[in-house]
Amino acid sequence: MKQVIHRKLSKSILRLILILVVAFTTSLSAQEGDPAKGKSLFNANCAACHQLDKKMTGPALRNIEQRLADEQGLDRAWLTDWIHNSAGLIKSGDAYANKIYSEYNNTAMTAFPQLSDQDISDILAYTAEEKAAPPTPEAGVGAVAQNGGGSSGISNEIILGALAILFILLAAGLYLVNKTLRRFATAQNIELPEETKRTPLWKAFVKNQFLMLVTAIFFLLASAYFVYGYLMQVGVDQGYQPVQPIHFSHKIHAGDNGIDCKYCHSSARVSKTSGIPSLNVCMNCHKSIYEYNGETTPEHSKEFYDGEIKKLYAAAGWDDAAQKYTGETQPVKWVRIHNLPDFVYFNHSQHVTVAGVECQTCHGQIQEMEVVEQFAPLTMGWCIDCHRTTNVNMKDNAYYAKIHEQLAKKYGVDEVTEAQMGGLECGKCHY
Amino acid sequence: MSSNKKYWKSVEELNENSSIVETLKQNEFVEPLPTDEFLGDKNILESTSTTRRDFLKFVGFSTAAASLAACEGPVVKSIPYVVQPEEIVPGVANYYATTIADGYDFASVLVKTREGRPIKIERNTMAIVNGSANARVNASVLGLYDSLRVQGPKKGGEYISWSTFDAETNQKLTDIKASGKAIVLLTQTYASPSTSKLISEFKEKYGNVRHVVYDAVSESAALEAYQAKYGERGLADYDFSKVMTIVSVGADFLGDWQGGGFDSGYSKKRIPDHGKMSRHIQFESNMTLTGANADKRVPLTPSQQKLALAKLYSYVVGGSVSGSLPEAVESAVKSAANEIKKAGSNAVVVTGIQDVNAQTVALEINAFLSSKAFNPSTPIKVRQGNDKEVAKLVADMKSGTVGAIIMSGVNPIYTLPNASDFAEGLKKTELSIAFSLKEDETSSETQYIAAAPHYLESWGDVELKKGHYALTQPTIRPLFNTRQFQEALLKWTGNDVSYHDYIKEAWGTTILGGSSFNQALHDGVFVGTIATETEDTTVSEEGETTQEMPSGNAAQALAASAKSNGLELVLYAKTGMGDGQQANNPWLQEFPDPITRTTWDNYLTISKADADELGLENSHVANGGLNGSYAKVTVNGVSVTAPVIIQPGQAKGSVGLAVGYGKTKGLKEEMQVGVNAYPLYQNFNNVQNVTIEKVAGSHEFACIQLHNTLMGRGDIVKETTLEIFNTYDREDEEHGWNKVPKVSLNHEETPVTSPEVDLWDEFDRSIGHHFNLSIDLNACTGCGACVIACHSENNVPVVGKDEVRKSRDMHWLRIDRYYSSEASFEGDNEKKDNISGLGSSLSEFGEMENASENPQVSFQPVMCQHCNHAPCETVCPVAATSHGRQGQNHMAYNRCVGTRYCANNCPYKVRRFNWFLYNGNDEFDYHMNDDLGRMVLNPDVVVRSRGVMEKCSMCIQKTQKTILDAKREGRPVKDGEFQTACSAACSSGAMIFGDINDKGSQVAKLKEDNRMYHLLEHVGTKPNVMYQTKVRNTTEV
Repeated sequence: MKQVIHRKLSKSILRLILILVVAFTTSLSAQEGDPAKGKSLFNANCAACHQLDKKMTGPALRNIEQRLADEQGLDRAWLTDWIHNSAGLIKSGDAYANKIYSEYNNTAMTAFPQLSDQDISDILAYTAEEKAAPPTPEAGVGAVAQNGGGSSGISNEIILGALAILFILLAAGLYLVNKTLRRFATAQNIELPEETKRTPLWKAFVKNQFLMLVTAIFFLLASAYFVYGYLMQVGVDQGYQPVQPIHFSHKIHAGDNGIDCKYCHSSARVSKTSGIPSLNVCMNCHKSIYEYNGETTPEHSKEFYDGEIKKLYAAAGWDDAAQKYTGETQPVKWVRIHNLPDFVYFNHSQHVTVAGVECQTCHGQIQEMEVVEQFAPLTMGWCIDCHRTTNVNMKDNAYYAKIHEQLAKKYGVDEVTEAQMGGLECGKCHY
Repeated sequence: MSSNKKYWKSVEELNENSSIVETLKQNEFVEPLPTDEFLGDKNILESTSTTRRDFLKFVGFSTAAASLAACEGPVVKSIPYVVQPEEIVPGVANYYATTIADGYDFASVLVKTREGRPIKIERNTMAIVNGSANARVNASVLGLYDSLRVQGPKKGGEYISWSTFDAETNQKLTDIKASGKAIVLLTQTYASPSTSKLISEFKEKYGNVRHVVYDAVSESAALEAYQAKYGERGLADYDFSKVMTIVSVGADFLGDWQGGGFDSGYSKKRIPDHGKMSRHIQFESNMTLTGANADKRVPLTPSQQKLALAKLYSYVVGGSVSGSLPEAVESAVKSAANEIKKAGSNAVVVTGIQDVNAQTVALEINAFLSSKAFNPSTPIKVRQGNDKEVAKLVADMKSGTVGAIIMSGVNPIYTLPNASDFAEGLKKTELSIAFSLKEDETSSETQYIAAAPHYLESWGDVELKKGHYALTQPTIRPLFNTRQFQEALLKWTGNDVSYHDYIKEAWGTTILGGSSFNQALHDGVFVGTIATETEDTTVSEEGETTQEMPSGNAAQALAASAKSNGLELVLYAKTGMGDGQQANNPWLQEFPDPITRTTWDNYLTISKADADELGLENSHVANGGLNGSYAKVTVNGVSVTAPVIIQPGQAKGSVGLAVGYGKTKGLKEEMQVGVNAYPLYQNFNNVQNVTIEKVAGSHEFACIQLHNTLMGRGDIVKETTLEIFNTYDREDEEHGWNKVPKVSLNHEETPVTSPEVDLWDEFDRSIGHHFNLSIDLNACTGCGACVIACHSENNVPVVGKDEVRKSRDMHWLRIDRYYSSEASFEGDNEKKDNISGLGSSLSEFGEMENASENPQVSFQPVMCQHCNHAPCETVCPVAATSHGRQGQNHMAYNRCVGTRYCANNCPYKVRRFNWFLYNGNDEFDYHMNDDLGRMVLNPDVVVRSRGVMEKCSMCIQKTQKTILDAKREGRPVKDGEFQTACSAACSSGAMIFGDINDKGSQVAKLKEDNRMYHLLEHVGTKPNVMYQTKVRNTTEV
C-alpha cells in the first residue's frame, strides 16, 4: 500500500517539475521543423494513438496544421495548447476542443507538456510531408527476382536436356554405325564370330546355393532395417507443418520485430504448457498495427498479410473503423503442431525458467519460420539424449545448493548432468 | 508379544474348515477367465461356420487394418481464450476457499481448479471449525459434473424460462398472500445469517410465512435439550483434544453425530505423548467407526444404553435410578463412572440417543464435571431441523391450509417416513416449488422445479458455530441455467441486488466489524467477535414444547423410558453415503464402508447369535463373493426387505440399517442400489422395535472383505497396550512390543534390518529427496477421506458392483480393517501355544471364535509401500516398473504389457489391473463415460487404459510440482510442503509425508520413532511407507 502511494506521489511530482520546465522554455520562438527528427518523436510519443492517414484512438494527423488552419481557423498556438494540456483546453470551454473530445468517446488526449515548441514543429513538419507513393517498385523488384530465379532454373534444365539429346544422338549414331558395318560384313561374306552359348549369369547364380543364402539373408536384413525404420517414424511428426486458420508468421513477429517469445507465450515461464496466446494478447499490439509494412514476397503480399490481420480483428471482435470491440468473437481453432502423447508429462517452466533452455533448442529457428514446423522429433530418445549431455543450470539457485555439492562429490565432476540428477527416471515424465 | 494376537477379517476365517479362505489365500485374482462360457458350449461351436483358419484371417486383417488406420495422426485443435482471464494460466491450478453446506455436511474447504474447472476438494487448514473434509465432502466435487442435474427451471416436466417462472410464481404468491393461506419455506439447515435475514424479509413481505427447517437425519432431541438448558437452539460444542477420558453412549462422534467434525480433535489425544493418551470408552449397539476406535467397547442394545446413561449419571452426579442391566454392562458402567470421577473436568460424556432426556443427562453430566471439552458459549449451528414443525407441516398440508410450499435442499418424499402423507398434502397446495439439483422423488412431484446450482457454483455464508463464520463462493460459472434459493428470495422480495452483494452488505454491517470482506472471502473463514442471531425457527405458536426439568428427573425419566420388546433396530448413516443426497456419486457408491468393507449396498447388520436364531446366514461363494440372506424388517406394519450382514460387535438384540440408499429418481440405474430405510425412521427416532423374518433368496454383496486375506501373519498390525508401551522397551525379551523381525543367517538369528542378510546392494539414497510416508495407526480413525482424495487426485476409475465382487476394485489406497479377539493376550497365547496336534488345534481355534462377539478393531491404510527392494520391479519383463532415487516406485503405464507378474509378486497386494477400458465405455456408465463427468479428471495424471497395471505413485505429480515450484523460486523445500493426496486429506494427523533426508522434518523424526515398523518387515522389502504401532489405553483407572 505504502509503496503504491509513494510511487504515485513521485510520479505526480515528476509531472509537476516537467510542467514547470516546459513553462520556462516555451518562450523560444517557433522554428522550421525537421521532419526526420519529427518522425522519431512521432513514433515515440504519438504513434500509440495516431496514424498519419488513418483514424485510430485519435484522429489522423497528415497535414494537421494546414487542415486546422483551413477548416477551423486554428493556429499553432491552439495546437500547442492542445498538445501540452488537452484536458485544460477542454475545461476552458474551447468549442473545437470539446467537439473533438466528444467525437472520440470522451477520452482526453494524454498531455505532453514535455514536448518543446521545437519538438512540436518537428512533428508537424513530419506530418506535413507528402504521402509516400504506394510501394509498387517493391513488387517489381520481387517479380524481377522471381524471374531471375526462374531463368537460372530453366538454364539448368536446358543444359541437362541438351546433354540428354546429345547422348541419345550418340547412342543412335553408334547403333547405326554398327548396323552398317554388319551389313557390309554380310555383303562381303565375312564370317562373324559365333557367340558360344554360355550359362546365363542368373542361372549360375540360382545354382550357387551359398550365394543365394547370402543374398537372401542380405535382403531379409535390409528389409528388416527399412521396416524398422518405417515403423520407428510412425507417430513421429518431425517437419509437420499444418496450415493454420490465420497465417501467423513467427518470422515477422519474433524475427523481424524481435518480439520475445515469452511476451506472447507467457505461461511457458510458470506453467507446463507454453500456452497459445489468447487474442487479447494479439490485440495489445494489433489495435494500432492494422497493416503490414515489412518485406513481402509474391506469395505473401502486403494485401495477404493485411487480410490476415483482418481475420484477427474478426476473431477478436474488433471493429477497426469504429475503433471498438463489438463483442462478437470467434475463437481461433489453431492446429496444434507439437503433440506429445498423453502419457508424457512435459513442463515448459522447468526447461524455460529453471534450466534456462532457449526455445530454439527444441523448436528450431522459429524466428525464421514463415510457417512453423515441428523441428524436433519429440521422441523419447531425443529427450534422453539431451538429458544425458546437458548440465543442470544450478547457478544462483538455492534449491540446488546442497544437492549439487553432494552430487558433484559423488560423481567427481564440477557440473552435474540432468541424467545424474535423476532426469532419466521413468516416473519423472510418465505418471 | 502383543503382536501375536490373532487377527481375522471375517467370521469365515475363524472357521478352520473353510475351504474358501484357503482358496483365497492362494489366489489374488479369484475368478478364472471365462473361457468355458465361450468354448464350453459345444452346440454353438459346432454350428458356427467360422473355422479356426477364418478366425486367424479375420484377426490378421483387423490387426493390419487397425495398424494402418493408426498410422494417420489425428489433427489436434488448440483453442485459446479470446480474452484470457487474468488469474488463469493454463496448466496452473488455482485454489479458492469455500464452504460446503448441503444441510448434512458442513466443512470449510479449498477447491482446486484447473483452467476454470473445479477438480478437487481439499481441507482448508485455516479453518478452526469444520476444517476437516470427510469422504463425502471430498467426493462432492463430482456432484457438480452430474449429468442428471436439472438444467433449467421446469414446469410440468417442460423447461421454462426464469422470466416465466418469476412472473407465474410472483402472481401466485401474491394471490396466496391475499387468500391468507400459509406460505411455507421448507429448507435444509442453512445456518446462514444472510439467508435468515432474507427469509425474515420474505416473511415481512408475504405475512403468513412459516420457515420449517428439516434435517433428513434429525438431531432434534439434542437441539431441544440444549435449548432447554442453555436457552439457545444449537448443539453442544465439544473439543475432544482437551480431555483425557471420553465416554460415549451411542454417540458415533467420529461419524456424523451432531453434524460431525470432531475427529481431528479426538485424534490429537490418541497419539501417546510422554506416555499419555486419552482413554475412550464406548457403549453402543451397532459397530461404528467410533466404537472401532475405542479403547473399550461395550455392546448393548439401545434400551440398555438409556439405562446405562441414566446409571452413569447417578454414579457420577448422584441420585438413583431403577432398572437393571446385565452384569457385564453394569460393571462397565460403574468403572466408567469411576474413571470419569477420577478425571473430573478432564472427562466428557456424550450420547447419541435421540431422546431429550438422554441429551439433557449428557449435558448435565458435562456441566457437573465442568468438562474442559465442552464450551457452552459456542453452540454448533449446523443442525437446526425441528421434527415437530415438520410433523405439523405435513398435517397442515393434508388439511389443505398450506397455500404454497417452497422447498430447498430437501427431498421429503424420499426421506420422510410418512412420505405418502406429504405427497398427498403436496397436491393440495396451490403452489409448490422445489429448488433442487435433481429431478428427484420430491421435485418431480412439485409444480415447479427451480434448478438449483451446486455449492461450487453458489454464493453463501454459514455460521458453523456461534461466532465462527464461513463463506461460500462460486468456483466456476454455473454450468446450467440455474438459480439459487436465495437469489429467488431476493427476486420475490423485489430486491434487485445479487446475493453476493447482499451477503457483502450484511457482513459489512453485522459480522465483519471493520475487517475486510475480501480477506474473509480469501480465507473462507472468519471468526467474529459479535455473534449474530440466526433466525430462530423453533418458536412455534404454542411456545416451548419442552419444559425445563430438574436433572434428576431427566435421568429417571430416561431410565423409565428404557423399555424394549424384541429386537431393536438402530438406523444409522454410512460413512460413504450419509443421508443419501449424493447417491448418484459413483465414488461414494464404490467407497468401501470402513467397518463392513462392503460397497454399493446397505444391509441389515446383525449379531451372530441373533442371526443363528433367525436362520440368517452369510456365505462365501466360490468366486470369492459374499452372499447374504434377505430379511424382512417390520416396524409398525411398515416393512422393508434388506440383505443381511453378520456383524461382529453388533449388540445382541439389536440390528442396524443404513439410510441413504434405495433412491429411485434422479440417479443412474447403476446407482439405484440398496433399500430405502427412511420409511422405518418413524417419529424421527433412529431406534425402533422391529420384527425380523427370513425371506427366501440370497443377496450378492460386492464386498472386498475376503480378498487380500491376512494369511495368518500377525506382524501386519502391531498393537500393544499403553501400560506395556510405557513400561517395556520395544525389543524387550518378553514384553517387547515392536521387535525387529529376525531371520536366520548362518543359523544365527539376525535382525532383518542388518545389511548382512540383504540379498541386494543398497543404493545410496542420501542425496536429494527421499520420500517417506508415515501412517500412525493410533491416529487413523478409518474415516476414508484419503480413499476419496486419492480417487480424485489420481483419476482412479470406478468399476461398478459386479467388478468389485470379482475383486477387481481399483482403489489405490485401501483401508484394511482387522477384527481381533479381545480375550487377554496371555490367555490367547497360552491357548495357542498349548495347541498340539490337529484335533486340538481344531477345537482350540473353535473356542477362540467366541471372541468375535465384541472384537477389537484396527484400521490400516495400505497403499503401494514403495519398497526400496521392490519384488515387483525384479519380475517385470519389460521394466515398466522401476525405482526412482527419491524413493518412489515408478510405474510407466505406456510400457506395461500387462503380464501381471508384478501383482503376483507383490507381498502387499496393492497393484491394480485394468481389466477393461473404464473411460468412455458404456459398460461402465460412471462419470468417466460422459463429457461432463470427465471434467473432474486431473489433467496432470494419465487416465490408464485397458491391460495395464496401475498403483499408488506416492503422488509423484505432487512431489514433482513442489520441487519445481521451489526450483523456480530458487529456495529449498520446506518441511510440510511435500504432500500426497492422502496425507493432505488426513485431518487426524495419521498420515505424515515428507523427505527423510531433511533431518529436521517431521517424517524423519517419525522414522526414528520407537513405534515405527514396516509392513511385513521380515520379507526385507524395505518399504518407504512406515506404520506406527497401535497403542490401546486399556488401563482401567
